Amino acid sequence: MFQELSEKFESVLRRLRGQGRLTEANISEALRDVRRVLLEADVNYKIARQFIADVEKRAVGQEVLKSITPGQQVIKIIYDELCKLLGEKEAPLLFSNRLPNAIMLVGLQGSGKTTLAGKLARHLRKKGRNPLLVAADVHRPAAIQQLQVIGKSLDIQTFSEEGRDVPAICRHAIEHARKNMLDTILIDTAGRLHVDDEMMQEVRRVKETVDPTEILFVADGMTGQDAVNTAQAFLQQLDFSGAVLTKMDGDARGGAALSIRAVTQKPIKFLSVGEKLDQLEPFYPDRMASRILGMGDVVSLVEKAQEAVNADQAFRLEKKLRRQEFDLEDFLEQLQQVKKMGPLQDILAMLPGVQNKAFKSMQVDERALIRVEAMIHSMTLAERANPSIINGSRRKRIAAGSGVTVQEINRLLNQFEMMKKMIKMMKHKSGGNRLPFGF
Amino acid sequence: MLSLLQKLSSGLQKTRSSLVEGIHRVVNKARGLDAEVLEGLEEQLLLSDMGWETVEQIMEQLRRRASAANAFNAEEILQILKQELNEQLRGVAHGPLNTETAKPYIISVVGVNGAGKTTTIGKLAHLFSTQERKVLVAAADTFRAAAVEQLDVWRHRAGVDIVHAQPGADPAAVAFDALKAAMSRQVDVLLIDTAGRLHTKGNLMAELTKVNKVLERQCAGAPHAVLLVIDAGTGQNGLIQAKEFTKAAPITGLVITKLDGTAKGGIVFSIVRQLGLPICYIGLGEKIDDLEPFEPETFIEALFQ
Ligand SMILES: Nc1nc2c(ncn2[C@@H]2O[C@H](COP(=O)(O)OP(=O)(O)OP(=O)(O)O)[C@@H](O)[C@H]2O)c(=O)[nH]1
Ligand SMILES: Nc1nc2c(ncn2[C@@H]2O[C@H](COP(=O)(O)OP(=O)(O)OP(=O)(O)O)[C@@H](O)[C@H]2O)c(=O)[nH]1
Ligand SMILES: [Mg+2]
Ligand SMILES: [Mg+2]
Repeated sequence: MFQELSEKFESVLRRLRGQGRLTEANISEALRDVRRVLLEADVNYKIARQFIADVEKRAVGQEVLKSITPGQQVIKIIYDELCKLLGEKEAPLLFSNRLPNAIMLVGLQGSGKTTLAGKLARHLRKKGRNPLLVAADVHRPAAIQQLQVIGKSLDIQTFSEEGRDVPAICRHAIEHARKNMLDTILIDTAGRLHVDDEMMQEVRRVKETVDPTEILFVADGMTGQDAVNTAQAFLQQLDFSGAVLTKMDGDARGGAALSIRAVTQKPIKFLSVGEKLDQLEPFYPDRMASRILGMGDVVSLVEKAQEAVNADQAFRLEKKLRRQEFDLEDFLEQLQQVKKMGPLQDILAMLPGVQNKAFKSMQVDERALIRVEAMIHSMTLAERANPSIINGSRRKRIAAGSGVTVQEINRLLNQFEMMKKMIKMMKHKSGGNRLPFGF
Repeated sequence: MLSLLQKLSSGLQKTRSSLVEGIHRVVNKARGLDAEVLEGLEEQLLLSDMGWETVEQIMEQLRRRASAANAFNAEEILQILKQELNEQLRGVAHGPLNTETAKPYIISVVGVNGAGKTTTIGKLAHLFSTQERKVLVAAADTFRAAAVEQLDVWRHRAGVDIVHAQPGADPAAVAFDALKAAMSRQVDVLLIDTAGRLHTKGNLMAELTKVNKVLERQCAGAPHAVLLVIDAGTGQNGLIQAKEFTKAAPITGLVITKLDGTAKGGIVFSIVRQLGLPICYIGLGEKIDDLEPFEPETFIEALFQ
């Protein structure tokens, strides 16, 4: 797994290793890789360029903390800046005392507005409000029915009318809400292109009519470079109050979040994470930053690892690895450190590889760890130092001592051999550098 | 960070100056292929969602070809770039489907949520029926709210028949029924609308596999076309989508929708390059005839507008 972890940033780590201070030369090359990571995550090209330039300025001259490698430090700076850019505080929905409050959902075609209307209605009702869904999409075939079906499944009223005068429909919806003591109306507008003047005018007129407390720009999380153009045009025409990123249950890295945030300076309020109506999440800038960088929660992992791995131990281990003296005793030590970092499942969830299919299917059995510990504890020191002496009768003894089968002992020894081989390979690949987090 | 934000917002507010103009300016200043010219081109390609790997490769080719041809003039360089892009798309037969190779000719339409599948089916139904082909559509999206009603509106507009079932019905069963209906009613083209699904959802992808298997079992060679619909606004995830859908269904071609906006759909260069899939049609709006056969030249031209 640590190979996976280092994949994205391996080159960064390699280039910056062993240098005491971050300099323009050693950073800029590493940052080129970071730029690629950002582009791959669909961060807009211009924003990525500016961002990198900014990070570079900030990083040059910084002293590298003793406990981590310069590469890790650069990643930390990037991560921190990214979090800042994505918005430092949570951005809940705003409400006013003038009832009903109107929330307009706007955006391109197919971005997920109608589904989001249902999700927000459900969310608001849970918070004690009385929402009304308003079908203001008179363009898309069966858009009204779609909202009605959603409303019905939630047992929340949907307001709709024949006719194509959208501002009038919204005005009537407000009257209806007042009469029926409904305090929040959710206006599902038609999808539209920002370059379609007529349609943009329609939605501006809706805004004038309902004087909304919130206008949410709903954007597909898989959007690429164009996110800046659309977000900016919708901002200019409607001055929306916040954004929602949808379809974030997929594996898109969601760089559009950064693009939208950077050009509009409006908060991202929610993530939509599925087709079902309860699949709505608040937006967490730190998680988004990790996702964009494709590194899971690497930064907190770095921090955790720093706490758990005593620097001396790490140094000793590294030397052993380099000389290929890594033995079962060291293996045990590593296991214990891993255990200190918390449940393995959690650690795995923090790794970038977890976005990778192979990892998802990998089940971590905490109990297996304990058994491995028991097995190694039943070995003599000589056996731990030199596993090759563990013959058949020794295996039987160790099995009996630790309460496992001989097959399990065999498996452990095989895995250990494989791990040694892997370490050897990684060592060659990274040119004898320190392996991430002491492994 | 605020200064960055401000810089960006003001920078992007400026009208996007035409690329060619930009090149002229630079080329006049310094003769030859200077870094700024190339950077301008690279930027344009990256902004189309082509992806850095593809862009890097294309830029390398461009550099080689331009200096070999001694091309210093902006217009010349741009022409070489367009040629290069054209070659990237070559080797695959793009363009419309030939539905006369089988009867019924069965097309299933797949893709992620909201890409434009149902709308594309409406447009295709219209297209084929104007070609005097008897068309039937099948509502195998039994999941999304009012998906059947949406398709029903479209098929009325196109003036064709529909096969549908109750919400929540097995999509494979709908496809099966539709195929039987198509055979007994002497239908020429059967269009099957499927539910949007993210390629990361194993169970939904398996469901898609099943739909196509059922068709195949019932009629050798079916489905004759499986169109993957890609929203032009899609970024790098588009390539992953194409790869994953290809694993779950025998994708035969692409439809790029929503090219009437400002998104360029550059990700298809990576898809064509890596998967060798042809691009059959492009969607250019929400009206029934807003569908065009894909033409590489026009598509490439549009990248630079
Ligand atoms: N996987 C996933 N699908 C979503 C999400 N949000 C919406 N969808 C799906 O995306 C498709 C489009 O959603 P809609 O809510 O119809 O989008 P819209 O913006 O109202 O579309 P138009 O009204 O046509 O502009 C549907 O298939 C939804 O089920 C999400 O967060 N995750
Ligand atoms: N501007 C524009 N809009 C399009 C185009 N094709 C589809 N749309 C719009 O995009 C939205 C989604 O289209 P659908 O056909 O419902 O997409 P879908 O893939 O069937 O969606 P799901 O079944 O929910 O996954 C609708 O509002 C369509 O009108 C196009 O080429 N241009
Ligand atoms: Mg809608
Ligand atoms: Mg559909």
